[in-house]
Amino acid sequence: MADDGRRLRIAVPRGALFDDTLDLLDGLGIVTDEVRANDRRLLFEDAGIVTMRPSDVPTYVEAGAADLGITGKDVLLEQSDRVVHELRDLGYGRCVMVLASVAGQDRVADALRRLGVVRIATKYPRIAAEYFEATGRQAEIVEVKGSVELAPLTGLSEGIVDLTATGTTLRENNLVIREEIAVCTARLIANPVADRLKSPAIDRLLERLSGRSHEGGGH
Amino acid sequence: MSDRIPSGTRDVLPDEMRELRAMTGRIREVFEAAGYGEIYTPALEYERTFETVASLRPAYRLFDEHGHTLVLRSDMTVPIARVVGNRYATAPTPLRFSYLAHAYRGVLPQRGQARELLQAGVELVGAPGAEGTAEALTVLCDALDAAGLENYRVGLGDVLLYPTLLRSLGVDPDRAERILALLAGGDFVGVETELASASLSDADAELLLRVSRTRGGPEVLDGLDGPLHDAGTDMRAVLERLTPRTAQRVIFDFGLVRSIGYYTGAVFQVYDPAYGVPLGSGGRYDDLLARFGRPLPAVGFALNVERLHIALTGEERGRG
Repeated sequence: MADDGRRLRIAVPRGALFDDTLDLLDGLGIVTDEVRANDRRLLFEDAGIVTMRPSDVPTYVEAGAADLGITGKDVLLEQSDRVVHELRDLGYGRCVMVLASVAGQDRVADALRRLGVVRIATKYPRIAAEYFEATGRQAEIVEVKGSVELAPLTGLSEGIVDLTATGTTLRENNLVIREEIAVCTARLIANPVADRLKSPAIDRLLERLSGRSHEGGGH
Repeated sequence: MSDRIPSGTRDVLPDEMRELRAMTGRIREVFEAAGYGEIYTPALEYERTFETVASLRPAYRLFDEHGHTLVLRSDMTVPIARVVGNRYATAPTPLRFSYLAHAYRGVLPQRGQARELLQAGVELVGAPGAEGTAEALTVLCDALDAAGLENYRVGLGDVLLYPTLLRSLGVDPDRAERILALLAGGDFVGVETELASASLSDADAELLLRVSRTRGGPEVLDGLDGPLHDAGTDMRAVLERLTPRTAQRVIFDFGLVRSIGYYTGAVFQVYDPAYGVPLGSGGRYDDLLARFGRPLPAVGFALNVERLHIALTGEERGRG
């Protein structure tokens, strides 16, 4: 596990959740100045922070290379076999996992009605497959790594399953949301062993987190 | 492909073997000294031996020349229960057995999981309640000490604690099942969501959430009343029977729910700060032996030898 003492090592996601996460950590009394000042460094021993892609956070936390981590629910759903404890819904970074297709006549519905099977492009193959299976529909999941919006525009697929915050990218590509699959927010996760062996430190952090969300609750 | 071995299996070469043998040798001495005679059972069993109990489902099946379905054992507890039933049908109890043997598990792709894992463990048959649980915990800690680990802890929970609490607070069975599944998966956000949508008073919902997160030293057993009274009494009874050397290793964990179906009471899990995954686990299985014709309470544990070795190496590295 990270560190032998009482200190916690936290995996922080770079990207869309980065700024909100650092603000949150500031509010919990973890000094993040050094992290903010360094774009390229990855390991900040003094602050107890490691930075990485959001999708790597569960990997580090599961192995105990970090005690705690922050990442999106979308990442956790896609990597549902990772053995980590999901401790808190942090509320920020709200996005929706959606099924979308080209505006106009819905080609997803068309394909299912006439062919009984639909091709779905996605960066989230497990979420997409699970969703279609759960809703009793046959789907051929096509995994892509880059801009998934391109797939239905070029005929690679009839629809996409993707994460959207504002829907702007979808609209700009003439795509409309057909179904909402899940609301995804930032989550605090813990390594199961650290969650037991470092429980005093983790519980203190969770208490500060509760106190903070009550203050910021806007009542 | 003929020069390869299946993923999740490995060859052990002399350097590693020497270290493993040294460690398992020390563990075996502890088992023998405590009266746990070593036994060996076949890696192959009939499928129905494992099917009759809520065990870890065996992942590998094959057929013998008569068309019977055989499996590679997924743990040693079920084979030993079978041995007790057919070879010790009238023997006086308690019975004490130890083993150092391989178990076979299915793996998820690309995760480095072991299909074949070496386990060191004991089964204590015919020793009920706190007395038996305390003995198993003592042998467990002695074995970990002998292995050379200095910083390990043993989490102690009770599989009945949380279901009992849910039932006594009037949570309906379907929702209780969902909550227990979420808890077993470590999804505390999911637990909170389920509790919020159950028709519970704020105080009861808060209690359930707090209990799921309660883990710590003997102080967490203070002042347990109402539906938690019995669980607290059981855990205190175990604690009272432990020497300080063993007691200091125990972390009481009210949210510990093991997913293996045959556990009926106390459950344990072994942790070490040098490794991010549990090193072993165990618990009481008071109903399992009845399926093999000897209705006796029992308790046992299994340590994953390869993980022990990794943790030991990690601790030594930390000590410099």
